[in-house]
Amino acid sequence: MSKTPVTFRLNGEDAAAFADPGSNLLDFLRRAVGDLSPKYGCGQGTCGACTVLIDGEPHLSCITLAETVTGREVRTAGGLANGPILDRLQEAFIDKFAAQCGYCTPGMLMAATALLDKNANPSRQDVIDAIGGNICRCTGYEPIVDAILEASRNTRGAA
Amino acid sequence: MAVHKGRGFACINYPIGMNLGGDPSQALVHSTPDGKFKVTLSSIDLGQGIKSVGRQIAAETLGIPIEDVYVDTADSDTGPHDMGSFASRGTHRMGNAIIRAASEARAQMLEAAAEKLEVDASDLTTDGKGNIHVKNVPSRSITVEETAQAAQFEQGRTLAGRGIFLVPLSGVDADTGEMTPVSCFAHAALIIDVEVDDETGEVEVLQINSAYEVGRALNPKLVEQQLIGGAWMGVSHALYETTEPYYPDRSHGPQDFNTYLMPGPGEIAPHHISILERPAPDAPFGGKGPGEMCANPVLPAVANAVYNAVGVRCDSLPITPEKVLRGIRANGGARPGGRA
Repeated sequence: MSKTPVTFRLNGEDAAAFADPGSNLLDFLRRAVGDLSPKYGCGQGTCGACTVLIDGEPHLSCITLAETVTGREVRTAGGLANGPILDRLQEAFIDKFAAQCGYCTPGMLMAATALLDKNANPSRQDVIDAIGGNICRCTGYEPIVDAILEASRNTRGAA
Repeated sequence: MAVHKGRGFACINYPIGMNLGGDPSQALVHSTPDGKFKVTLSSIDLGQGIKSVGRQIAAETLGIPIEDVYVDTADSDTGPHDMGSFASRGTHRMGNAIIRAASEARAQMLEAAAEKLEVDASDLTTDGKGNIHVKNVPSRSITVEETAQAAQFEQGRTLAGRGIFLVPLSGVDADTGEMTPVSCFAHAALIIDVEVDDETGEVEVLQINSAYEVGRALNPKLVEQQLIGGAWMGVSHALYETTEPYYPDRSHGPQDFNTYLMPGPGEIAPHHISILERPAPDAPFGGKGPGEMCANPVLPAVANAVYNAVGVRCDSLPITPEKVLRGIRANGGARPGGRA
């Protein structure tokens, strides 16, 4: 079977690569496009480490067909920082010690990005709900929730 | 049908590292031509922070800024032998090995500086800011960078050090049965408050109050982070996690993260920690290892809290709603406070 050309927007820029037949978005992003920021955790949509945004909505890239992003806007953790300047969420994760091994962090960051894009003033429960599909083994979640709330406060302060 | 409150206590002595044929760690330290220092370890940092703590220990021992130290881990092809990252041994074993390696490298650094300054090495000291100077005469100084360049390009000298820390195998005395399996103990005590629903058997952890004695908190934020996360994992082991829920019957085992139960962000229990410091004489700057100890006392404390709430003594983990309900039924009803 032939490969399928997929043209899309990745973190605000035009992108194109060939997708293997039936390949999932996570494999496509990591192998064909070269964006290693979404992580392979469970490969069956239950851990959240591979979370990316498609047209602003969080999706589990390991169970999303690569071809379905044709013409759409994909955002990954690799696109959060502006050169050396980190995103507010990334700064807050550092400030609150919200990562230990760091494997869940890209997925957490994208789930939180989707939340803050829609809701600039989330409650603690809103944050808990937003990352409810993302598993973390190290932190006990509280530092992550604290970091996302701090980022939301910083976002409001800058606006 | 009611929800019962319960409180459980547990405390532990936690041995740092292990003793099965000896427990060595090695470290190598060497300078680059621009006066930075590299620490090479074979043990990995899997989130516990040995890269950060090892960097602090090396910088402190060398007497140079922490920004000038780089810690390279996780390549057993190129690094010196290490038993590994487990048993809460990283800070204690690797930290001690780093101190020895960095001390040797520091001695060579001072020798090289002494040659340049035409003084005796024993008269030199470091200011921790990248300078080496004659004691009490800060104006007679040379930078670490100039020293490294002089050593490598003029003197043909390496600024490097080797370090090993070994807790040797402790044999058992044939007459008394005595042995010394560990050299260093950390300690913890905690109180856990729970609510147990005697209709559903569900246990909810309301709060944790703990005291952890870690020798010396070499990096207080990392210690706190590890204690918070590790205690959460203890709750997870106490109430949720098992690969064999009906052992030895292998059926109904979890297949994936959908069926392997773990608490999520919705089950966060407030955790108030007191960190106590009793520096250990054989530990690097007194620091023991808070690794596994953060999770261990949580399990018996939860079991005691469940007993205190409904009078059910669970002797296998995890303490599932099913076990709690079976216990309540066997007792003929909930026994708040453990009363018969």
